[in-house]
Amino acid sequence: MKQNPPPPRLTLRGISKQYPGCLANDDIHLDIAPAEIHALLGENGAGKSTLMKVIYGLVKPDRGELLWDGLPIEVKDPAHARKMGIGMVFQHFSLFETLTVTENIALALGDDAGELEPLAEKIRTVSEKYGMAINPEREIHTLSVGERQRVEIVRCLVQNIKLLILDEPTSVLTPQEVDTLFVTLRQLAHEGCSILFISHKLNEVKALCHKATVLRSGRVSGECIPADEDTTSMAKLMVGDDTPVSTTYPKKLGNSPLLSVHDLNLNSPDPFGVQLKHINLTVNAGEIVGIAGVAGNGQEELLASLSGEQRCKDNKTITFADTPVGKLSPDKRREWGLAFVPEERLGRGAVPEMSLTENALLTGFLTGLVQNGMVAWKKAEAFADDIIAQYKVKTPSRQAQADSLSGGNLQKFIIGREIMQNPRILIAAHPTWGVDIGAATAIHKALINLRDQGAAILVVSEDIDELFLISDRIGAICDGALSPIKPTPESSIPELGRMMAGDFNPAREERVTP
Amino acid sequence: MDIDLITNILYAMIRTGTPLLIVALGELVCEKSGVLNLGQEGMMLMGAVIGFIVTLVSGSLLLGFLLAMVAGVLMSLIFGLITMELSANQVATGLALTIFGTGLSAFIGSDFVGKPIDGLDPIFISGLTDLPIIGRMFFGQDLVVYLSFILFGAVYWFINHSRPGLILKAVGENPHAANAIGLPVFKTRYLAIMFGGAMAGLAGGYLSLAYTPLWAENMTAGRGWIALALVVFASWKAERVLLGAWLFGLASILHLVFQGLGFSVSPNLLAILPYLATVVVLVILSSNQTRSRLVAPMSLGNPFYAKG
Repeated sequence: MKQNPPPPRLTLRGISKQYPGCLANDDIHLDIAPAEIHALLGENGAGKSTLMKVIYGLVKPDRGELLWDGLPIEVKDPAHARKMGIGMVFQHFSLFETLTVTENIALALGDDAGELEPLAEKIRTVSEKYGMAINPEREIHTLSVGERQRVEIVRCLVQNIKLLILDEPTSVLTPQEVDTLFVTLRQLAHEGCSILFISHKLNEVKALCHKATVLRSGRVSGECIPADEDTTSMAKLMVGDDTPVSTTYPKKLGNSPLLSVHDLNLNSPDPFGVQLKHINLTVNAGEIVGIAGVAGNGQEELLASLSGEQRCKDNKTITFADTPVGKLSPDKRREWGLAFVPEERLGRGAVPEMSLTENALLTGFLTGLVQNGMVAWKKAEAFADDIIAQYKVKTPSRQAQADSLSGGNLQKFIIGREIMQNPRILIAAHPTWGVDIGAATAIHKALINLRDQGAAILVVSEDIDELFLISDRIGAICDGALSPIKPTPESSIPELGRMMAGDFNPAREERVTP
Repeated sequence: MDIDLITNILYAMIRTGTPLLIVALGELVCEKSGVLNLGQEGMMLMGAVIGFIVTLVSGSLLLGFLLAMVAGVLMSLIFGLITMELSANQVATGLALTIFGTGLSAFIGSDFVGKPIDGLDPIFISGLTDLPIIGRMFFGQDLVVYLSFILFGAVYWFINHSRPGLILKAVGENPHAANAIGLPVFKTRYLAIMFGGAMAGLAGGYLSLAYTPLWAENMTAGRGWIALALVVFASWKAERVLLGAWLFGLASILHLVFQGLGFSVSPNLLAILPYLATVVVLVILSSNQTRSRLVAPMSLGNPFYAKG
């Protein structure tokens, strides 16, 4: 291997990066050969993002060196990385909404962009060649999330690219779009481009990648050939200890309806929002209903209507058991027994500058933390401590500000705060977003427990595996319309994928995939 | 209404609108980069007092204008350092800059109040100046007015057709994304802030060296604030800044027009027209959220923190 004539396209030697209070990368070694699709596997917080920022010149490592085609190099900044032939597709897109596709790409190309018209032509040619047709004249805010990702990829492809880095590229795509993306990536690799594919989804890594490097807590915990491994063994490398990585929960069907939505229509006040169309939905006591969907298809609007942030015109549009609540405010709905975990953790789930105790109080005020109009601080503190202990929230103390916690830890805190109030109805958006496998399992168990106590639970998520794992009934939302909700055992991933793409036609023949 | 009156009104409209146009073009570029500098009034006053003193002492109008612009740039750099290096709140810093500039200019200029200088003379262009109605308006003005026409053309082209203009807009919309693709966020914002300062200084100099060639405390009389309103009124479009500046110029001489027509309306009442117009435009803009989100630079007023 060491004597092979072509040197690796990229070699990392002993990369370390220390952040205050956290060693993000610790002595990382990595080789990527030309034409290789290399997976960088790891849980959230394992150091994947920091490492790729080092490669792309966004972060300077404290120690270690990079070799590019066998020669040591220091990547000064992203512009330099681009000149070397490194392209990066970000998880949160770095696109400018009010500019056109061509203008966006011209910006990234720097002085090589040239005139806009020939560039637009080139964009059209390249995007069609790789099966990702986009119209260069469209403004970004008119594009869907999947289309935006295409723009990011095409932006890398119009240059002379040697290494393409993709950060969790499939998290915003339907299963069918993922297949299309993989075809493109294989074609690229076949042409000699190296690809660094960052993910925590083992099935995808197994299907696509030639090699994998697994990170855990900032260190390389293993390397493998994904095709020769099974997902359990790779998961063990990722998680480390003996955390059960796959469990199943018995499915149940609830009895009486607790949460009902009748013909909900909503014109979103947000110009980039989605219009809700004739949404009908029932969640029974003692069941978990899962709603899948690509981000930006009406989830936010639906959640806002259910939580009460967005009031309905007709009080009867939403009912809790037999009580019409369509016009009630969020706190009145909470008084009835609703708990809500919003999508946005900082700003809506928690107040960033407030301590954990104060944040616990924010929605927990109905559970006896406020007496005669006065805050019972002792109880509030005890409640905060309970959440921290039960959900293993990593924090110095309950006095820590919410925004000092990592995303996954804050998520655990918010979920814990809501579940521990024993709600009759729980609505949760992306309940395990950004938390590690162990904590995700704990959250799933807590949700199942709550269900078994007779609560009605609605989970909105982009993680299909999670939805299949915990939902008793499942459906999808697309462009503001809700698909029929089916019992989970009667549904399948391809079917759900079609629903996520807006194909609700029940008559279509089910295709079996191996 | 006779033709001479119309000619004179149009002439005065452009002349009154010119300082507004110059400041507003500077502020437009600044806001396009995502920086809201409320210190226009302070920067203008410093430009006015420095320009006046330099011209009085040296006898050179050119030197006066140049140093007025330098004064504006230096003032804007104070703002830049505080908001960029220390990530301070832009609104508070801008307000402080205005208060600082008002006080400092009054202090520096206290010995120069009421002293006379020879102001900038109009330049007539043979043939064109004598055109009916528009001759005086466009071709009977002084050099700075002509310069403002050129500045408008340059800013319009820069924002809409140049690559650095594209970078400017990108930085103003999403500085983090801009940084991620390797655009120089800090440099862009600094340059935009300094351009805003230079324009405010030039406009201030215009007031004390050409419009009314003397120095008086607080002589900008709120023009910096009108220019800020003007940028919003123009919904961040250069061509509307031009029309708006002239329209606001017209509004502020309207009492003369009414006098000419034989009405008597309080000039104070008429002076509120630009602000009223701005409020109306704001209401119209914000009545449609799509429009309001698309016209304003999306990160306007948000500090950008240095990368890790």
